[in-house]
Amino acid sequence: MDMPTGTMRSPVHFAVQLTHFEVGLFETLTLSRLPPEDEALRPALRALIADAIVDLPMHRRARSWQGFDAAFSRKLGQAGYLGLSLPKEYGGVGRGPFTRFVVVEELLSAGAPVAGHWIADRQSGPLILHYGTEAQRQFYLPLISKGEALFCIGMSEPSSGSDLASVRSRADRQEDGGWLLNGQKIWTTNAMHSDYMIALVRTSGAGADRQSGLSQLIVDLKLPGITIRPIVDLTGDAHFAEVFFDNVPLAPDALIGEEGQGWKQVMAELAFERSGPERIYSSVVLIDAWVRHLDAVGRKDSASLRLLGSLTAQLAVLREMSLAVTARLVAGESPVVEASLMKDLGTGFEQAVPQLIGDDLASHPDEPVDAELYRTLLYVTHIAPSFSLRGGTREILRGIIARGLGLC
Amino acid sequence: MNMAELIDPFARLIEDMCTPAAIRAVEEGRDIAPMWQAFSQSGFLDALVAEDAGGAGLSLADAAPLIALLGRHVVPLPVGDTMIARALLAGAGITAPTGPIAIATGNGAVPFAAMASHILSGSAQAPVLTEVKAECTGVHHDTDAYTPGLAGQALRPVAAVLRALLISGAAGRVMDMTVSYANERSQFGKPIGKQQAVQQQLSVLAEQVVAARIAAAIGARSGLPPRLADAAIAKHGASLAAAQVAAIAHAVHGAIGISEEYDLQLLARRLHSWRLADGSEGYWAGVLGELRAAEPAVPTVDFIRAA
Repeated sequence: MDMPTGTMRSPVHFAVQLTHFEVGLFETLTLSRLPPEDEALRPALRALIADAIVDLPMHRRARSWQGFDAAFSRKLGQAGYLGLSLPKEYGGVGRGPFTRFVVVEELLSAGAPVAGHWIADRQSGPLILHYGTEAQRQFYLPLISKGEALFCIGMSEPSSGSDLASVRSRADRQEDGGWLLNGQKIWTTNAMHSDYMIALVRTSGAGADRQSGLSQLIVDLKLPGITIRPIVDLTGDAHFAEVFFDNVPLAPDALIGEEGQGWKQVMAELAFERSGPERIYSSVVLIDAWVRHLDAVGRKDSASLRLLGSLTAQLAVLREMSLAVTARLVAGESPVVEASLMKDLGTGFEQAVPQLIGDDLASHPDEPVDAELYRTLLYVTHIAPSFSLRGGTREILRGIIARGLGLC
Repeated sequence: MNMAELIDPFARLIEDMCTPAAIRAVEEGRDIAPMWQAFSQSGFLDALVAEDAGGAGLSLADAAPLIALLGRHVVPLPVGDTMIARALLAGAGITAPTGPIAIATGNGAVPFAAMASHILSGSAQAPVLTEVKAECTGVHHDTDAYTPGLAGQALRPVAAVLRALLISGAAGRVMDMTVSYANERSQFGKPIGKQQAVQQQLSVLAEQVVAARIAAAIGARSGLPPRLADAAIAKHGASLAAAQVAAIAHAVHGAIGISEEYDLQLLARRLHSWRLADGSEGYWAGVLGELRAAEPAVPTVDFIRAA
């Protein structure tokens, strides 16, 4: 799940939104078209995905972007589907957010296991490109683009959830310019599978200093002093973990970006994390299975068709909104408010899907329901609360939108 | 064409002619002729008519911001309906009357029919024009009316997109009004907009406003007449938003919001009538559901990409 984080109170980042509300703030979102050269990627990518999922049962495909398969991630990297927005000089593909939209859409629609490369491809790569030193870029970005460096993000701590600025993990500068890291992270997605963590930690000051004194460090998870304990969730999966740091020695080049600027960097990163199509498609494997079920049992009554049409219509609008936010990224903007708005609506939809489909199926108790469909329904039902926790809770997002409206 | 050159004069015309006082006067039965004449003389009624037939030749997507402005300012006459009717009539080689035309697509209340001289029914390819025989709905200050006995089902998709655009404009105005009110109205020693509970509500309102606008834009993207799936997505999304936007705006405004003298009621009443007109969200969900059910093997993402 990763990171129910971010109180988003950075004065720098909010300069745009704190200007008083004007008519038209939300009118930046308009219908956008994917470029034909990006659309053209679909057939070849589909063939690659079909190979990877041929033996995956539906309830595994319903894991959406939590399904882990390092070999598949490497295969995508070799075929040129990772590092899409990273420059070619760093081993990337040199395209942009629209290309990534197409690739992500294909992967999620099929239920491909993408967790391995997900965080590195979505946010760590762009973060290192933007804030990293030349040496860091040359080292990490080619590995990310090949699917060979898996990243996790260390934000939440036992007493720092939505109030991210309260993190207590601490890295103290050593005489050789390196760092000594102590503390604990929790709910860290894929920590046990990852090569590196980008951790938000305190490098100066105390808790009362809030956003100042925080920095981002790249932690090699093979270093001594690191203990990773997977946490099992209510579906039986262990996709997140606790990570303990006990006097972990870090080299001077572990710092990414500027010391003390970690908060600002994290906020920019969360805009990437919140704006993608993964915020509307988490339940789409279930929808497709239910559509096939309706066909198999020959159900065509008006209540069923209305529910089918309503879910389809809502997803069509959400897709256009997600594409519109992507177009803002393409234009070089950081659409923080728009991404928050889209994520809140999108995850609300994703969560409504299992509830509504569950009611539909259980309203027809004499109908035969495939056991795999039932298993998928219950998996999505149980995991759905995470959709509006990961990447910033509903309440935090609505606070951001409220500030965008000029309230408070 | 620079759209701002079209939108700005249209906005000024509407702001001059359709003040809240003028809207109330029309609802109370004042002669609509001066207001209608202003729209008629502006040339905007032929915005969608093809250039070789003497119009401006705008596409439905081009004209969408103009129609949304009609909703935003609650223009009490069928200006958007007439724009579409005149384009369809010109396409069929039928001379349009000078008066206001409402579009009837079923036996329910027809928006603006009480203000119209003619009713359009039939289909986009074969429009039928009849003189209005309106029956009053009995709803307080209603500009809608019944026009029984006309077959206009085939016009329902285009009317649905028109209504979605009107809803999107009105919803945006409701958001602006409600945010201003929340920043001005003080309780417990501070503006109510500083209360988290109110902020969360207003954020939901803003989400619905954006969703309605994107939905309406989907309806307008495929031209005149719109594709059936696009019309269904548009009216479903806009109608779904309309009820929620009105409810949250009223909740935030408190008692003054349901008073006659405060302008929110002008917008809220239209949001409800446009939501119900030409098929509600449930009707259009059924239409889209049938289209979707016909292709069960197609993944949902592919279906909506092609929609």
